[in-house]
Parts: sequence; C-alpha cells; structure tokens
Amino acid sequence: MTLIVPPLFQLLIFSYAATFDLNQVNYAVYNQDPGIASRELLGYFKGSPAFKLAATLEHLGQMAPAIDGQKVLMVLHIPQDFTRNMLQGRSGQLQVIIDGRNSNTALVLLGYVNSIVTSFSANWAAEHGWPLPPAELKVRTWFNPNLESRWFIVPGIVGLLTLMVALVVTALSVAREREAGTFDQLLVTPLHPAEILLGKALPGLIIGMAEGSLIVLVAVKVFGVPLLGSLGALYLGMGLFILSAVGLGLMISSMAVTQQQALLGAFLFLVPAVILSGFATPIANMPDLVQHMTLLNPLRYFLIIVRSVFLEGAEISLLLPLYWPMAVIGVVTLAIAGWLFRNRLN
Amino acid sequence: MSRGMPGWRRLRGLIRKEALQIMRDPSSIAIAFVLPAILLFIFGYGVSLDAKNVPIALVVEEPSPATASLTGGFQNSHWFKPRHFSDIPSAQEALRQREVMGILWLRSNFTRELFSGGPAPIGLFLNGVDGNTARIVAGYVQGVWGKWLARYAQDQGRELGLPVDIQQRIWFNPEVRSTNFLVPGLIAVVMTLIGALLTAMVVAREWERGTMEALLVTPVRVREILLGKLIPYFVLGMGGQILSVAMAVWLFEVPLRGSLWVLMGVSALFLVAALGMGLLISTVAHNQFVAGQLAIFTTFLPAFILSGFIFDIGSMPGWVQAITHIIAARYFVEVLQSVFLAGDVWPVIWVNSVALVIMAALFMGLVRLRSRKRLE
Repeated sequence: MTLIVPPLFQLLIFSYAATFDLNQVNYAVYNQDPGIASRELLGYFKGSPAFKLAATLEHLGQMAPAIDGQKVLMVLHIPQDFTRNMLQGRSGQLQVIIDGRNSNTALVLLGYVNSIVTSFSANWAAEHGWPLPPAELKVRTWFNPNLESRWFIVPGIVGLLTLMVALVVTALSVAREREAGTFDQLLVTPLHPAEILLGKALPGLIIGMAEGSLIVLVAVKVFGVPLLGSLGALYLGMGLFILSAVGLGLMISSMAVTQQQALLGAFLFLVPAVILSGFATPIANMPDLVQHMTLLNPLRYFLIIVRSVFLEGAEISLLLPLYWPMAVIGVVTLAIAGWLFRNRLN
Repeated sequence: MSRGMPGWRRLRGLIRKEALQIMRDPSSIAIAFVLPAILLFIFGYGVSLDAKNVPIALVVEEPSPATASLTGGFQNSHWFKPRHFSDIPSAQEALRQREVMGILWLRSNFTRELFSGGPAPIGLFLNGVDGNTARIVAGYVQGVWGKWLARYAQDQGRELGLPVDIQQRIWFNPEVRSTNFLVPGLIAVVMTLIGALLTAMVVAREWERGTMEALLVTPVRVREILLGKLIPYFVLGMGGQILSVAMAVWLFEVPLRGSLWVLMGVSALFLVAALGMGLLISTVAHNQFVAGQLAIFTTFLPAFILSGFIFDIGSMPGWVQAITHIIAARYFVEVLQSVFLAGDVWPVIWVNSVALVIMAALFMGLVRLRSRKRLE
C-alpha cells in the first residue's frame, strides 16, 4: 500500500499545484484619474480571471504596507492626467508595482499585465483614430499553443514519481539485509551474485513499470494531456529509465552499511537528480559545468523523452540519442552494485 | 525506582548517549553539514529561471537596412544567441530538433509593408513545450522589438503612438535575479530534509533493535526520551542552518535585509517542526525500512512543490491550497523570502511563526501520544 497510494495522491496534488500560470492574483488599485480611460482600463483587469481586486487605495502611503504584508502582489497606480493625456494623443502613464520576492511570479505577472494593456491600447487606438504602428509582432506557439504549464509539468511528474518509486523499492533493500546480517547468509548460498542482483532488481523494475503506467494513464485521462506519440517510444524510455533508477538505487544500497546511510545516499542522489533534471528550471539556464553534470542524470533524458512523446509526438528514431545514455547508466550501476555485494568492506 | 534523581540528570545522560551514537555513525553529521553544503552549492549555481543566450533562429527573406537594424538588436542583446537561417523550413527543422527556442521570421514583403505605412508583420514561432520559458522568451523578444520600434519611429521623426506607457517597478528584486528567491526557498527545502532525515531513523532503530523497550522499563519518562532525541539533533540542525545562511549571503550574494536574529529564531521554530515530523515518521513506522520509505515520500517532493518556493500557492486550486497548510516548509519559505529580500515584515513573521509553533506542537504531541500507547 505504501507504494501505490502515496504516489497517486502526490500525482493528483502536485499536478494541480505545480504550475507557473497565475490565477486570481490579488491586486490593489490606486486611481487618481477621474476620467473614462482609467475606468475602461481597470474594467479589463476586472474581467480577467488571472486577477482579483483586493483593495482600493486612497493614498500613496497605503501602498508599501499592502505589498510588504503580502495582501496584494501588485498595485496599479494611475496618475491624475491619464485620461487627459490620452485624449490629447499623448501616452498615458500606468505605473505597475509588483512584489518581486518571487521574481518568476513577478515576471509572469508583468507578462499578463502587458498583454491586457496591449489589448486595451489596441482598442483605444482604433476607437480614437490613433496612427497604426509601423510593424506588429505575431506570436505563434508550437506544441502547446496556450502555453499551459500543466502540459509541461504533468509529464514531468510522471518521471519524478517513477524515480521515487524505483528508489523507495531498492535504496534500502540491500542495506536492510546487511544491517540485519541476512545478506551475508545470502552470499554463502550457492546463488551467483548476478542471480542475487536480479532478485533485487526485478521487484523495482516490475513495480516501477506498473506504477509508471498508472501515472501515464492518470495524466492522459484525468489531466487531458495530449499523448501524440507512440506508446512504444514511451515505454522503451520508461523501461530504460527505471533500469537506470533501479541500478542507482541498488548501488547506493550496497555501498551503505546501515539503512541510515542508505537513506542519506538516496537523498544525495534524488534531490539533485530532480532539481537538475529540467523539471522546473531549464537546463539551458545552468552554467556549463552543471550542464555537463546533468549528463549523468537519467531523469534528464527521461523528462525530454516523456515531454517529446506526449506533446511533440516524437518517434523512437528521433529519441535514440536519449535512450542509450540511460541504458549505459543502468548497466554500469548494476554491475557496480553486483561487485559491491561481495567486495564491500565491512 | 530512583525517584530522587532529578529529571535533568536523566536527560543529560540521554543526550550523552545520543551524542555518542551520533559520533559512532558519522552519517548524522554528514546529513547536517555535507548535505546542505552539497545541495546548496549545486542548486545555487545550477538553478536559475533567468534565460540568457537563448538560441533563436533569424529568417530574413529579403535583407534591407530596416531588417538589418532589427536583427542587429538581437545580435547586441545578451538575452539572445541568434543564428541565421536562409529559409523557414530549415529553421523549423532546427526548432523541432530543439536547437533553437524560437524563430523570428521577416517575410519578403516586410520592408515594403513597413514603408507603405504598415503594419508590417513579424512572425515569431516559439517552442511552447516549456510554457514558462516560452513566455519569458516572448517577453524578451517583445523588449528588443519594442526598442527597435521606438527607435524606428524616432528616425521617421514621429512619436511612437502607444496609448498607454507602462512603467514597471519590481520591488525587493529590481534586477529580477532568480537566485535571490530560489536560494532562500532552497534553504527551506534543504532544512526539511535535514530535520526529517536526522530523526526519521533514530526512534525506529531503537524499536527495531529492541533497545526502546529497554529504555522504557527504566524510570526515564517518555518526555525525557523524546527531548533526549530532539536536543542533540536540534544542535546539529542549527549548525546546518547557519552554514546554509552563510552560503546564501557570502557565496550567492543574496541580500539579507532583515535581521539575523529573526531569521535564526524562525529557523529554530521550523527545525523543531521538521525534527518533530521525522520523529513522527520514526514512531509511526516502527522499523527503519518503512521509516525510510515514508521519509522519501513525505519530505522532499511536498516541500519542493507545495511550499511556494517555486510555484505560487495563491494560484493553486482551493483544495490544494488547503493541503499546503500542513506543509511546515510553506511557512518557513514565506519568512525566508521576506526576511532575506524585504526585511523584517512583522505581519508576515508573526503569522508564520505562530503557524510553525502550532505545527511543531502538533508533531511533538502526536509523537508523545503514539509513544505512550506503545508503552501500554
């Protein structure tokens, strides 16, 4: 039960939680302009589901406490001459003050404000006979036209949770037997180390594949993430990924003398593997040295595979450069684990 | 029964015993100091949401001075690493192969449309798989394009007529450096791990080896056993916390605008909650194997995803927001980001400190309750 219920709960909760899109952002308005332009502009904000008017400010002194105390994330300040300027063909000034404590949220928010103001501006320019701009930018987005971050995150969570399950099954398994002394008994039986290795690896592989399939099913059926590519491409990736995760888990486990050490080892691998996988922050933004380090991280390859298969419909041939590194990691770590079975110094 | 023996001497004995055990298996010390050092080091350098040198394809079908001035804007911007492609199919192939993040497409009629009063169309294609990065890149492109537009209009001797001029101010982090909010948030994630890992195994280990029963038949009280477990690991954990703050300030140059004492006080509260959670895992699990599994499931990913360290809690659905309230890291992240970047904002500090006290009391209370039941 501990292997099935927690990952499914986490899939549901995390898939809803992990999004860079903003919703119902609390903002305040400090409007000094009695004219129609400001009223019209504020109407655009009221009509947007991304924003929620939380306060109307009477004077400038109220601004800092509202933002500092996190009552609002943003204040819109419209000066007195906003409408007058715009009616006379000059630009009206809109001040946007944003809480930058989470600077990514601030940037996303600023993007939303820009697009609302742009559509208001276009409308106003058309109605009041402003000259057209000499050029206009038309943006088209491939694979994820509405830039829904859920489409990006949910396939990522498939990778995260599969990795967790594989580690949970394997990372403590050898260490537990070593601590209890039963592993030595196992080693003096006529079993070949390769057979012991297989016995330790198979449960992780089977449980990991079953769990991974369940998670993919939920991603498609519950979250409606489009699965454009073939299941073959996805499962080849998943199989190799779980092989590498199981190998790493067993390697950690056979290095440790106690379960406490195995748990520490599991975290020393799990946490960097997740953070440096491109799950939430792009690998391209990392310094070169760290980017090279990510080449050792199986999750990095699997995340690209899952996302490409889901959203871009990528085929096996295009993904070959991503499959073989995981296979290499899996084989090497399993071999080290098997060697450590006998040669670990106690 | 040695009833005359004062409680603090028994407690001191227990702490001494625990300290000796810590010394024997160095993994506890590794958890407190090596784990935060390695993790913060990797994250502080590795994790960034600031896209720079974004590879972008430029397709100019009919070069002219006007197109050259626009593409020059991309060449000079440190956000972009532009690559020229001769036609749109080859650029689209590069986009498919993930060699470029986007394509800027100036069609053959661009210059003509521009001179005849426009609006001349500029096409921008983006790979939207990573929606967040795509949005950030679109913002950068709009910035370069807007600058070019204003300069072009000026050269034509007219003002760029946009009805609304947005003046943005981003408080606390005007240069929008993502390290400034990611590193304080990571401290909360790392401390969650340290707190839970230090204690998740210790009680379970004693149950597994039968030494817990041995302890329970002595006159030592449950409360004293728990304090004896808590205090040594608290000292270790605070050491890890001081190391983390020092790295944030000196290595990653995150400004610390609030006071160090507030930061340490709230950290202490959080650490008690995190250690309490580890003890609870340990007490519930009763053996190290299950305790380890529970620790992997319940600590890292919830603290990573539900703490608001990277994903905005206010934008989550209501029921998920409700769940985030049982994640202690959530309160700590809010205080850390405020104290580092904004200063001592007391409304934020008070609310979250009270929540942390409640969390700590809840965890410790549950641990006591469970331990007493075992005794009977």
